[in-house]
Order: sequence, then structure tokens, then C-alpha cells
Amino acid sequence: MATEMEITELRLGLPGGNSHMKEKKRVYSEITNSDQNSSNVNVNGDVYYMCQNKNEVVGWPPVCAYRKKNNFNGREGSKMYVKVSMDGVPFLRKVDLSTHKGYSELVMALEKLFDCYGIGEALEDADKSEYVPIYEDKDGDWMLVGDVPWEMFSESCKRLRIMKRSDAKVIGLGARDFLKGMSENK
Amino acid sequence: MNPSLKKPRESMDLSNSSELTQPTAFPDEVLEKVLSLVESHKDRNSASLVCKYWYNAERWTRTKLFIGNCYSVTPEIVARRFPKIKSVTLKGKPRFSDFNLVPENWGADVQVWLDVFARVYPFLEELRLKRMAVTDESLEFLAKSFHGFKVLSLLSCDGFSTDGISSIATYCKNLTELDIQENGIDDFTGSWLSCFPDDFASLEVLNFASLNSEFSFDALERLVSRCKSLRVLKLNKNVTLGQLQRLLVRAPQLMELGTGPFVPELTGRQYAELESAFSNCKHLHTLSGLWEATRYLPVLYAACASLTFLNLSYATIRSNEFSKLLAHCPNLRRLWVLDTVRDKGLEAVGANCPLLEELRVFPADPFEEDIVHGVTESGFVAVSAGCPKLQYVLYFCRQMTNAAVATIVRNCPDFTHFRLCIMNPGQPDYLTNEPMDEAFGAVVKTCKKLQRLSVSGLLTDLTFEYIGQYAKNLETLSVAFAGSSDRGMQCVLEGCSKLRKLEIRDCPFGNAALLSGMEKYESMRCLWMSACRVTMNGCRMLAQGRPRLNVEVIKDENSDDLADKLYVYRSVAGPRRDAPPFVVTL
Repeated sequence: MATEMEITELRLGLPGGNSHMKEKKRVYSEITNSDQNSSNVNVNGDVYYMCQNKNEVVGWPPVCAYRKKNNFNGREGSKMYVKVSMDGVPFLRKVDLSTHKGYSELVMALEKLFDCYGIGEALEDADKSEYVPIYEDKDGDWMLVGDVPWEMFSESCKRLRIMKRSDAKVIGLGARDFLKGMSENK
Repeated sequence: MNPSLKKPRESMDLSNSSELTQPTAFPDEVLEKVLSLVESHKDRNSASLVCKYWYNAERWTRTKLFIGNCYSVTPEIVARRFPKIKSVTLKGKPRFSDFNLVPENWGADVQVWLDVFARVYPFLEELRLKRMAVTDESLEFLAKSFHGFKVLSLLSCDGFSTDGISSIATYCKNLTELDIQENGIDDFTGSWLSCFPDDFASLEVLNFASLNSEFSFDALERLVSRCKSLRVLKLNKNVTLGQLQRLLVRAPQLMELGTGPFVPELTGRQYAELESAFSNCKHLHTLSGLWEATRYLPVLYAACASLTFLNLSYATIRSNEFSKLLAHCPNLRRLWVLDTVRDKGLEAVGANCPLLEELRVFPADPFEEDIVHGVTESGFVAVSAGCPKLQYVLYFCRQMTNAAVATIVRNCPDFTHFRLCIMNPGQPDYLTNEPMDEAFGAVVKTCKKLQRLSVSGLLTDLTFEYIGQYAKNLETLSVAFAGSSDRGMQCVLEGCSKLRKLEIRDCPFGNAALLSGMEKYESMRCLWMSACRVTMNGCRMLAQGRPRLNVEVIKDENSDDLADKLYVYRSVAGPRRDAPPFVVTL
């Protein structure tokens, strides 16, 4: 489990990706000019471009939307159970992400599991919510729930934690701004 | 030469209409009878151009309508020309809308067509829609307006829900086909299945594999029992193996079957019953579904000898089970799989399926970067070695070499459709680090019958020089993250005389390239260019030079001068009247 310091270092961004790049369509010129994400290969005096971070390119690879929704990650069956811990609760629960189609459904399920009806507030009114749901992604980073599209979240979420707001020690940009972003991205 | 055959040509020059009604040695009834046997719409289009007399005979005998681009013509024009249509196929959005490149509410609404059809073709029987916007209201309107309606096929459409399907089931008393595939549908409930009347028994085709909501199995079982002519049944993920057995027992005449998940949950006796049910299906030629393929696959083996199409593209099957299954499928012509079968599975394809004509390998995990599995060039080479009759391939992989592709086309020179997707954009030959130009060069030089090509990997203008020079039968070309300059696109436009559809994204092609094709676009169905270097000015010049083209730009908030998404198509309908604000017609 990550240390207190690491957990509180809230970051925006895709797992493993650049923190300054939001989930937005990238024009060809952006891809070719971005130093971090492409390498220029000189062949015969012409310059060609290799895009390494294809997760940021809309509509690529050309897999049709329906097939994308039914993405198979080689998981056993299609179940996506992750552990959920909640501050102040001595035992953990498990929730199957594949049974939910979006954040609001997940939050409802979490509220039922822990008999606690303050979690949904984080999605509605970031300033007032008592609880902050966060998750550990594939890279081991702790992320705020709600920033990225649901499918991306459910594929990269390894475990969930429902943190008490008072425990979130954030320096610099206030938690308010992060949480505001969450309600916009619902 | 038979003098009586000359008469229709002579009458072409007559402006006096009474001459056209003169009895000739080739009476109307004979010509119309002959033309009514002509099915292909391409042949019919040619026949209609012979002379006015043939044009009229053809339009009175055409019953099937194919419209590849719903904006190329208006429903009114269609209704005026063809009075006796019974079957319509209608395609709407550009193909790249499948990959979310076209914003919502772009158009292609079917209702405007249905309004005219309801008036002019009350006896319409068949409607096949692809990439159209369809609402529940439209489906209800359809169900209530056409009393003899028989066939509904919805592929890649969006905007409707299972409520709309309920209307179809409720009101279409003569329905023979209900085919719902890969749509953006709001899947509320499976209660539509219970909407078929108790005496309804005419169904021949039922495909609801892509719908996930729960439904009444009893209703389905009763439906299958009643419909003695049922030949295609594609079930969804909610049908258990036990339920499947009960259905198969009632429908041993099935020719195409899509199963539910093959979850190992049966008793010994149930397993034997299922095995027996499969062996009684002596007419099965198409199998799909499976979803999770497990050690229960052997239950299928008895039905596999006659299989010609195996669609495992939604089944996570590994190479071992896959290889064992293939050993029982020697007659396969078409195979769709996920890349979970790996190269080893593809080797089994090459070893067991010598008659294979079509192979599609889809990525199980297209967006995962750290994956090391999937298929490579060696899997493709192995298939080509064992299946010389391959004509159609769609192959998603993470690595490829020029040498491998050269070997593949040497083994299989008859490719008509070659769609290779190296998933990392702009990736070179991973062994030599060179561009993949020579790979596609080999494809176009060797495969003279090539009609459709999708390219990928690191590509320079050389690829397009090859395409322009050699791909003389090419009709459809898809390009992404490729090319070095305008010259690439110019070569293709100049050289590929039969080109009908060109779709390009993220390439360094600009106005010079776009305008070089000015003369050509009217002979094509459409051109798509997104994230290239075309500007609004360039598009305007094209629009001004070619008034019979619709030049549409889908505006992005970012840049004012670059034409972010360009869609050009020929049309006799003039500019769209239903274009949303973000579509600018120039």
C-alpha cells in the first residue's frame, strides 16, 4: 500500500501518460511536434513521425465503437472485481466494475455497500462532500475517481479507496479545483 | 445482325412520344421480363443507360434499391424514378463515424426517407440500414406504415432503443427477418421478444446477439418452436448452454447459429444432451458467439464438419482450444477470430483450413500499450502458407515486416481485400527499421485483383506511387498516419482509375493534393480527409470548381483556417438541407 505522502499526491492525467495532456483529440501537427510523444526518424533527408502514445489518438486503432465497448482484456469471464476500502471501516469490500455502466451507478453501489450516503456528493458538489473516492491505477498511482471516461477508468482501476476529505492533505492547488473537474467529467 | 434489335436504338432519337408506344419487334413485355431477371444494381444501372426505352423498362421493373450514400439523392427523386420498389438498402454516415470521428447528430436520419416511402411504396417489404440515425418513433412509424413488411436489418445505426424493436415485433405480422447488429442502441429491456403475437410464426432470421438485456426465455422458446422456417438464430450472452440445448432441439433445421456463453456449468447428462442436439443440426454452416470458450467446445465438434463460416470475434479463445476446434472444421471458408489465439492458433488455421478465403483477426486489447501478446507477422505468414485461396484479410497486429508481407502475397496472389492494421501509428518494419513501403508495394504488384486496401505503419510517398502505378482495380483505399507530401495523394488520384472511396486521416496532404483530384471526385462515391493539411480556402476552391459535389467541412473549435474534417461526395440532391451547425457546406 502506498505511503500517506504518495496517496495524497493527487495528480490529473491518464495512467502512465503526460499529466498535462488531457483526453482530447490530437491534431496531426500536435503529434508530430510533441517532443515527448514522438521520435523523428530521418530517412533520405525526409522526416517521418512515429507516434508512441496512441492512447491519445481518437479513433485509433480503427476498432468500431461497438467492438470497443465489448473490449476483452483477457480477464476471466467479464468480471472486474476490485477491493474497496473505506476510512474508518475495519474490513474491505469487493465490487464488480463490469456490472456498472458509469460513475453514478458505481457510487450508488458503494454507498449501499458501506451504508454511507455521502460518497455521491463528491460527484455532485465537490466542495461539500465529506468523502473523496480515489483509485489505484495500473501504474500504482492514486487517482481521483471521475476524471477519465468510465471505460478507461474501469480498465485501469486496480482498487478503490473512499477517503475522508479531512485526510486529504493537498498542497498548492486546492482539492476544490480537482473535485470540480470531477463533477464536470461525469 | 438481327434487324429487330436495332429498333430500340433508333427510337432513342425520337422526341415524338407516340413513336415510343409503337409496337416493335421487341415488345415491352419481353424487355421488361428480361430486365426483371437482372438482379445486380450495377447491371441495372448500365441497362438504364442504353436508351430511353430501356431506361423506362428498367425503372418499372426495379424492385431492389441500393443507395450507398443517403445524401447523394433525395427520396423524392427516387420515388419519381422507381415506382415499384420492395426492398431498400440505405447507407448513411461516413465509415470513420464507426471510430467516433464524426460528431453526434451529424445527420443520416431515416425518417425523411420513411415519410416518402410510406406514401409511394406502401408495399415495401425490406429495409436494410447501415450507419443511419434511427429513432424509436421511426421504428414505430415503419412498423405501422408497411403492412407487408418482412425484413429489417440495422447495422451500425444509432439513436434507438429496445422500445423501437418492440414496435417492430408488435406490429409487423409478416416479419421474416430481424437482424440487429452492432448498433448504438439503448438496451433497456428484452421485453421486445415477448411482443411477438402468439400466432406469429413467419420468422426466418433472428439476430439479437448484440443486445444484452434480460428477456423471457419462455417467450423465445415458444417463438422458436412456432417458427418452423427459422434458419438463422443468433442469441445473446444471456442464453445458457442448458437453454441452448432446448432451442436446438426445437430448431434442428438451423443454418446459422450464434450461441450464448460456453460457461462450463452442465451435468454429465446435460452435456450429452447438448452434444446430441448439435449432432442433429445437419445444416449448420455458420457458427458464432461462444463468448467464453472453454473445455466444453468438444460438444460442438459434431456440427463442425459442414461449417463454412466461424465467427469467434467475440470469444476469448486461446490457441489450444482453438487448434482442437479447427481440426474439426476442414471446410471453413471464412474465419473471424480475436488475437488471443496468437500465432500458434493461426498456424493451426494454416494446417487445417485449406479452403479458407477470408480471415479477420481482431485485437482483444487494442488500447493496451504494454501487451506483448496478440499476433505477429509469423501468424499471418503461417496462414498464407496453408491457405492459398485467401482473398479477404483484415489483420490487426503490433509488428510487421516488409519481407513477411512479400511472402504472404507470394503465397496468396488472389487478394481482393487487404486490410492490414499495424496498431502503433507510423511504426516501421521492426527488423530493418525501414518504412513499410515495400510491403504494400508487393501487395499491389502481386495482387492484380485488389479492390480494397487499408495501409498502416511508417509509409512514405513511395507507397502511394506504387498504389497509383499498380493498383488498377482498386476501389476503396484507407490511409492513416502515412505519406510524406502532397505527391502521395496525387499519385493515387492520378493512377487509380476505379477508385470509388478514399478515406484519409492524419496525413500531410494539403490543398495541392486535394485539388489535383478535382476532375475525379464526381466518379467516386466519396472522399474523407481529417487532420490533414487542407485549408478552408482549398475546400472552397474545390466547391466552386465542382458544383455537383457536396463539399462539407465539420468544424472544430480550434483552428479557423484548417479544414479539420472534410467530406466530399457527389450528389444530385444539391447541398444538404438538414446539416447541423457544425457542418459547413461550401
